[in-house]
Formats: sequence, C-alpha cells, structure tokens
Amino acid sequence: MARSPLQITRRSLADYLLGAGLAALAGTVFYPVLRYLIPPPVKEVTAGSVVAAKVGEMQPNSGKVFLFGGKPAILVRTPEGAYRAFSAVCTHLSCTVQYRAEIGHIWCACHDGHFDLNGHVLAGPPPRPLAAFGVTVKEDDIVVTRPA
Amino acid sequence: MSLGPWLEERLRWRAADQFLRHKTVPVVRHGYVYYFGGVTLFLFLIQVVTGLLLLMYYRPTADAAHDSVRFIMARVQFGWLVRSVHSWAANLMVFWVFAHMFGAFFLRAYRRPRELTWVSGALLLFLTLAFGFTGYLLPWNTLAFFATKVGTEIVGSVPLVGEPLLVLLRGGEDVTEATLSRFFGIHVAILPAITTLVLGLHLFLIQLHGMSQPQGRGPARALPFVPGFVLRESMAWLLVLGALAALAVLFPWPVGEKADLLAPAPAGIKPEWYFVFMFHTLKLIPAHVLGLEGERVGIVAFMLAAVVLLAVPFLERGEQPTRAARIARALGVLAALYIVGMTIVGYLAP
Repeated sequence: MARSPLQITRRSLADYLLGAGLAALAGTVFYPVLRYLIPPPVKEVTAGSVVAAKVGEMQPNSGKVFLFGGKPAILVRTPEGAYRAFSAVCTHLSCTVQYRAEIGHIWCACHDGHFDLNGHVLAGPPPRPLAAFGVTVKEDDIVVTRPA
Repeated sequence: MSLGPWLEERLRWRAADQFLRHKTVPVVRHGYVYYFGGVTLFLFLIQVVTGLLLLMYYRPTADAAHDSVRFIMARVQFGWLVRSVHSWAANLMVFWVFAHMFGAFFLRAYRRPRELTWVSGALLLFLTLAFGFTGYLLPWNTLAFFATKVGTEIVGSVPLVGEPLLVLLRGGEDVTEATLSRFFGIHVAILPAITTLVLGLHLFLIQLHGMSQPQGRGPARALPFVPGFVLRESMAWLLVLGALAALAVLFPWPVGEKADLLAPAPAGIKPEWYFVFMFHTLKLIPAHVLGLEGERVGIVAFMLAAVVLLAVPFLERGEQPTRAARIARALGVLAALYIVGMTIVGYLAP
C-alpha cells in the first residue's frame, strides 16, 4: 500500500527525533563557542582629564599625539602659541592624524585628509570634523579635558 | 553540470567512497577495544578546537599569562567552559591514549605489517605527554611553575645531553618568562605540527591495513564500517562528550595562585596524575645504586622503557601466538599493574 507523503511512519518519526536531537546537540556545542568569541566589553577609561604635556615642552607650530582614555588624541600648539586638543582618530577610516608644521594643518596620511586648527575638514575624504577637547593650563601642566 | 561529477573529476572522491563502503571491522570478543583509538581522536579534535579558542584571549608573558587565564575564566562568556573542557579533555585524552595502547598491545595489533602503525602510535603517546607537560605551565600558577622546574630538572639529569637540553627547554638556566615563551611555542606550534604529521601517518596506515584481526579464532564476522561501526563509534563519542561536559560544568578547572618566583614550593606538591608513577618511582630509588646516582639510574630506566615500547613489534614477532607472545602478554600485564599501582601508591604517600 502506498503511503501518502504526509503520513508519519515509525521510521520517519525516529529519523525526525534523531535529527532534532543532533541539531539540539550541535546547538549546545556551538552556542557557547559563538558567545566565547564575542569579547567582553573592555571598561572604557572614563578619565575626564589627562596631562598631555608640560608647559614649555612644545614649541609653537608643533603637535603631539598622546593617549586619552585609551585612544589617541592630538595636542597642537598653534603658531600663535595657543593650545588646541582634538581626537586624533580620523573621522574617515580611523587612522591616527598628525600635525604638519610646514602647512599648518592636521593631516591624515592614510587618504590625505586635511583639517584646520579648529578640527574642520579642509580637504580630503573625512566626513566630519575632529572631535575637540578642552585645554587648560594648570601650573606646569597642560590638561586636556573631555567636553561635558 | 552537477556538483557530484564536477567534484569527482577533481577530487576522485568516489574511490574514497567505495573504500569506505567496502571497509569492514571484525566482530570479536573484546571488540570494544576497537573504539578506543576513535575516542582518542575525538578528544584530540576537541583539544584542537578549544585550544584555538583559548588562543583568542591567552597572552604568553609572565606578567599577563595568569591574568589572561583569569580573564578567560571570569569575564569571557563561557570562557570557564572552554578552558575547563580543554583541561579535562587533556586528562581524558592521556587516559584513552594509554587505554588504546594497552588494547592494541593485548590484541597484538602490532603484528606484521602493522609495525609502523605501532611505532607511530608510541610516538603519539610521547607527543601527548609532551602536550600535557608544556600546556600545564601556560596558566603560570604556582603548581605549574614547580611542576616545570621539577620536570625540566629531570630532563637535566639525563646523562650527557641533559644539561644542554635543560637550557634549551628553559631558555636559560632557570624557569623564567623565557621558559613560558618556549613552552607556549612548543605547545601551540611545534607539537601540533609534528602531531599532525605523525597522526596523519598513523591514520593512513590504519586505513591501508584495515583493522587487525585477532589470530587463532578462524574468520571473524565482519561489521560494515559504514554505517555499523561509525554509528557505534559516534555513540562512544557522544558518551565521552557527555562525560566531558559533566566534568567541565561540575568541576571547572581552577586557575591557582599566580607563580611567585621567590616563594618556596608548597608542601605535598605532585605532578599531574599521568606522571605520578614516574615521579614516585624516582622518589623510591635510593640515592645511590651500584655507585651511580639513583635518580640518573631511574631516568635511564624510563628512557629504556620508552625504547622498548617503540620496539615492541620487533621484539615480539610471529603470526601465531607462541611462547614469546605469552611472555609479552605477561610483561604487558606487569607494566599495566606497575603503572596503576605506582600511581595509587604515589597518591597515598605523603
């Protein structure tokens, strides 16, 4: 007698149970592996301020890259002698920018991105200005702070 | 053009398919021994996978090693599970390597033409112990530190080559960060590379010669490899996986205290269980034997035992069981009793 395709035989039930069991087993093995591969969140360094340099350390028209909360930041002393600080992470593809004294720009070498000393984009592919930080001089220290 | 013929033209996989269809396994008394090698292979595969996972977070420096293992155990999702499975599977694997070896020995599976299968298997036993020894140091805890000190010291007492070998292993005179780097490199690169080759040869030879038939009992019934043997073997793997999961979940492997290079060795320190029989033997040998240093005598004896193990198929030859085979069997039983007995005594002794 021909069986209709919808009819459940003992054999197809056993196959189904075996298949479901194996799928469940595979799930219990691979679920922890997938979760394991996702790294736990690293505690963001929430330091509100950092001493980026000492007074007198930087000549006018120069820049210095330092770490701020685990990420690179750049402190620029303008030709006029003022201090400015920005995130040094290029807004294009996250390269670290540098200060180029001869043209007075903050420059990203990866794709030739140019920023002025306010962090605004002058040329190149970066879509947004560099995030600006606050700079204060406390006695001997040049302190960079995160904007509130 | 469909995929099957396309692959066939390039891989000629149908030959392998035909081979597997015709492969059979003899049905014999004590046939369960035939599953031990597969169980060992399964545990080895688990070690490869969990080892690769641990590499994602482990950092092999004296400063960071212990903290990174703690990080895996405490912070990484299921990190405790992955590391505990790696540690437990390592122990189970050593056990099954020994079980597989004794099984093959008592079935006399090393007979012509399987001599090289036995030799490659003995090499895999040594490689497994080397994996255990080098991996033990990586968490950089107190026990691991002293185990490595003692273990490499034992290597250092080997006559003639011992001293340079010790410096080579430790990366200097003492166990330091240089030792950790070396053991890490040996554990995750050198041993896996060698093991891949030897294991490949071992498995190839098993396919080439088929399962060994025990002699003297006429033609055995044959079980088709696919699906009969494969299904039974996968049941064995499933049981091992269940046992492994239970052990790892119920007894997560401890991290221990970070190694302090200046602290004295803790009292009652013992090596891993699979080295206890050797450790205790060396303890029992008197300081001087026939005017020679007792420890060196013991070490040389163990090296000779290793050579004998490699040479088993060449020492006991012949197709049919003979007097030599009965002697070999008796010696095998004695060796097994010695290992088990010394392990127990080693644990009971203070």
